Amino acid sequence: MRFNPTDANAPRAPWWLTTLAIGGIFFLHFPIIMVALYAFNTEESAFSFPLQGFTFRWFIAASERSDLLEAVWLSIKIALIATVSALVLGTMAAAALYRRNFFGKEAITLVLILPIALPGIVTGIALLSAFRLADIETGFWTIAIGHATFCVVVIYNNVVARLRRSAYSLIEASMDLGADGWQTFRYVLLPQLATSLLAGAVLAFALSFDEIIVTTFTAGQQQTLPIWLLNQLGRPRDVPVTNVVALGIMLLTTLPILLAWRLTQGTEDTAGASK
Amino acid sequence: MSSPTQFPNQWMPLRRLSDLFWRQPKLLLLVLLLPPLAWFGIVYLGSLLALLWQSFYTFDDFTMAVTQQLTLANYQALFDAANYDVVLRTFVMACAVTLASAILGFPIAYYMARYAKGWQKGAMYVAVMLPMWASYIVKAYAWTVILAKGGVVYWFYNQLGLSSVIDALLALPSIGGNSLSTSNLGRFTVFTYIWLPFMILPIQASIERIPANLIQASADLGATPRQTFSTVILPLAFPGVVAGSIFTFSLTLGDYIIPQLIGPSGLYIGTMVYTMQGSIGNIPLAAAFTVVPVLIIALYLTIARRLGAFDAL
Repeated sequence: MRFNPTDANAPRAPWWLTTLAIGGIFFLHFPIIMVALYAFNTEESAFSFPLQGFTFRWFIAASERSDLLEAVWLSIKIALIATVSALVLGTMAAAALYRRNFFGKEAITLVLILPIALPGIVTGIALLSAFRLADIETGFWTIAIGHATFCVVVIYNNVVARLRRSAYSLIEASMDLGADGWQTFRYVLLPQLATSLLAGAVLAFALSFDEIIVTTFTAGQQQTLPIWLLNQLGRPRDVPVTNVVALGIMLLTTLPILLAWRLTQGTEDTAGASK
Repeated sequence: MSSPTQFPNQWMPLRRLSDLFWRQPKLLLLVLLLPPLAWFGIVYLGSLLALLWQSFYTFDDFTMAVTQQLTLANYQALFDAANYDVVLRTFVMACAVTLASAILGFPIAYYMARYAKGWQKGAMYVAVMLPMWASYIVKAYAWTVILAKGGVVYWFYNQLGLSSVIDALLALPSIGGNSLSTSNLGRFTVFTYIWLPFMILPIQASIERIPANLIQASADLGATPRQTFSTVILPLAFPGVVAGSIFTFSLTLGDYIIPQLIGPSGLYIGTMVYTMQGSIGNIPLAAAFTVVPVLIIALYLTIARRLGAFDAL
């Protein structure tokens, strides 16, 4: 029996494998479906199933919570700052590292990956203790610094993957034709990088928007949206609002991923292959 | 297309700088590398080293104050029965979660790489990516809802008349508990759920990379599909499993939100570190505790590298 994946007559998957695969995919989506359902539930303080009734009431209740809106706004501001810093640093690192081999290159790549390879708790407490040693008050900027640090690698991965696939001869041709480095960057390199930068930025934004482990250490008294949600879990009477916010965060973190995936389609990019 | 020559660069110093970079690529390299290196060197590595250094400081149990006197007492304390338990508990959970993710993830990855075609392939890729990137805290919260008493899992088993199965599972020592959401079984389920996509994608990538002609050759030489799987596909997919296990293992070791939300009360490395630095203020012991996962992961990465996992990332 020939086994050729490009063959139109390729063997069909055995039924048990199909079942396992579909079952696995269902398992991955089940909690997301549950969050979506419970946001419209009428019940006020428990999670009984089947659901009690359908209502939009809690969406209105959530929109009237000023503490929630503050948390959302704080998360957005921090994610923006972290993304922009990561864009600059990640692109520079990618441009420096993608072609050249030099002593210490491996070590530099490793350091870039460390913030996501090491458990978040290590990064979190390391930053916190350093801020305390340096007498820096924890708050808005310390959160942003922490987030920027682990967002760099997301941008780096996306940009370096794109650079490796783009032809260096284009850059040489541009220089041969009289463009200087800046013009080559602006008219040759940047257009090639544009979608990978956007995809990386979207992923970095989602990563920062959702981060909680490092943030609990660096946040001080500030409440980002995930921290707000975590505190909310200790308030059983607030369950309906929590459910609505959970759905909101779920949408805000998944929709950008779809966008990033579209952007890197056809470029064999590994946009989300490593978080 | 407009050609770049239509945009003469009038500002000569900039042009000269660009020429300098062209002639001295090493200078350009330095300029490009300096900001990211400075950021990571100062902010990140600096913090890590500061943390490591503080793990040798002395914490006075009576005054609750940290003094800069260097000591190895914090590392000694790691081997106290109570602390050793915390490390062991976390380590066992990380191993169990890694194993379960590999077993659950492999069929999905295999199906994605070998059988899904065209739009199906894209759809499955998105179907794994979405739950992976969906908010961590919301996923953890969703499980507290699902596992709650009277929630959907209890309802499902009741409908099937199998509620005694849950009771039997919960009666088991060490994995059981009073209810699903306070049992190790529940915690294990949530951990496995949350890190599963990190296992699927590397395995899928490594199976995808197996050249089709290897499989043809194996079949031509008379191997049954089962033999082809165990002697060709599995060994070539293994680096992907190891790559995925880096994530599942390391992420479970360092987590401290899920142990708070689901499962029995015993501390994990993460929750221990959080309590030590927070309410007690014992940064030195917290720092010593963080060295444990770092060491375990460093060891793990060394082994993974030997097994070729980095090429599979």
